[in-house]
Amino acid sequence: MLANYLPILIFMAVALFLGAALMFLGGILGPHNPDTEKLSPYECGFEAFEDSRMKFDVRYYLVAILFIIFDLEIAFLFPWAIVLEEIGLFGFLAMMLFLGILIIGFLYEWKKGALEWE
Amino acid sequence: MPGWSQLTLRNLAFIIAILVPVILGVAYLTFAERKLIGYMQMRVGPNRVGPRGWLQPIADVLKLLLKEIIVPTNANRFLFIIAPMLTLAPALVAWAVMPFTDTLVLANIDASLLFILALTSMGVYGVIIAGWASNSKYAFLGSLRSAAQIVSYEIAMGFALVGVLMAAQSLNLREIVLQQQGGLHQWYLWPLFPLFMVFFIAGVAETNRAPFDVAEGESEIVAGFHVEYSGMTFALFFLAEYANMILISALTATLFLGGWYPPFDVAPFTWIPGVAWLVIKICVVLFFFLWFRATFPRYRYDQIMRLGWKVFIPITLVWIVVIGAAMQTPIGFLFH
Repeated sequence: MLANYLPILIFMAVALFLGAALMFLGGILGPHNPDTEKLSPYECGFEAFEDSRMKFDVRYYLVAILFIIFDLEIAFLFPWAIVLEEIGLFGFLAMMLFLGILIIGFLYEWKKGALEWE
Repeated sequence: MPGWSQLTLRNLAFIIAILVPVILGVAYLTFAERKLIGYMQMRVGPNRVGPRGWLQPIADVLKLLLKEIIVPTNANRFLFIIAPMLTLAPALVAWAVMPFTDTLVLANIDASLLFILALTSMGVYGVIIAGWASNSKYAFLGSLRSAAQIVSYEIAMGFALVGVLMAAQSLNLREIVLQQQGGLHQWYLWPLFPLFMVFFIAGVAETNRAPFDVAEGESEIVAGFHVEYSGMTFALFFLAEYANMILISALTATLFLGGWYPPFDVAPFTWIPGVAWLVIKICVVLFFFLWFRATFPRYRYDQIMRLGWKVFIPITLVWIVVIGAAMQTPIGFLFH
């Protein structure tokens, strides 16, 4: 059973090795003559005005939080979807109840403007 | 255990047999893209290197290999170097569970769809790490935009997959294709049509392709999260983006277009081997990626987020309820 996963492990090693090898080759074959200008962060040809660790919009956090909720729900729906035929009407109605509660929450955040990006 | 080393060698050979076509496919996909968009804009596209430009991708690879790799002074060196690898690896490893024919699959695991979903989610780490480690404003803004967009569309994509699972009653990609045997009318494209549309468009958005490419909008934030990358480090991001395009196309073909099965279950079509049918289907789906880029103007960021959250998620939720309700009634066979 677990032996089926062995090729995946080997594949991961090969893929990481491929990435590392390509970068190593690039490092060897490419020239190396750095200077201060070249190594400074890109800012439209100017010298950088201020630190790049700046404030950013709180909505990115909001998206991340909403994503976690919905992603968990997908993980919850996966096993349900597979056995739906066996669990029949009761299983279907139970999940509809859960989805209903989730949709109420979704509508609430919609009305609150959590999904607006104007 | 005498069989282990032999098994490992066989696996390695299989992995190389998968990786070489994928990487060649990436190289020639860039060529096909430039040629196709060229023709769509009444130009000829690249035609100087080799006969009719056929050696252009090779020349590009050589050029990128010989360019200097620049690591900015302010960058976090370790994360800066590791990010391209973290982006590339999941795009390639997902092929491990892809069924090429009935018997030809490297790792025939039962949770293969879950595995694919997990791996495609890994890609966002590379984007975030690259943007943060670069310590540059454009890279930072680009990675934020890109990450928020990827996670938003991943939800729609996940819900679309739930619909496929309800129809197939299996997480195993091979089983899902086996259920679609018997020709065009058996493909999940028809009963799950809304989910097919959502899955494919979300796939275009997941790979940051036009018209959803605000993350690298040249006119606003130059190249987004990989603005500070050069040479081979940039090439790895590029490779990952195109490998992801091919992966999404392969998934679309597998989940909705009957995988390795021919469109008609009669003589001249069944002579062509299954792998060839899969490749043909992948190419057709890829053509749409390129066609979109040549045709559609870029979306605004608020439009992208609205489409993902306010259109796709409701569509998929409604269709999941429709399938579930239909399966409780005698018309449930329509969704199998």
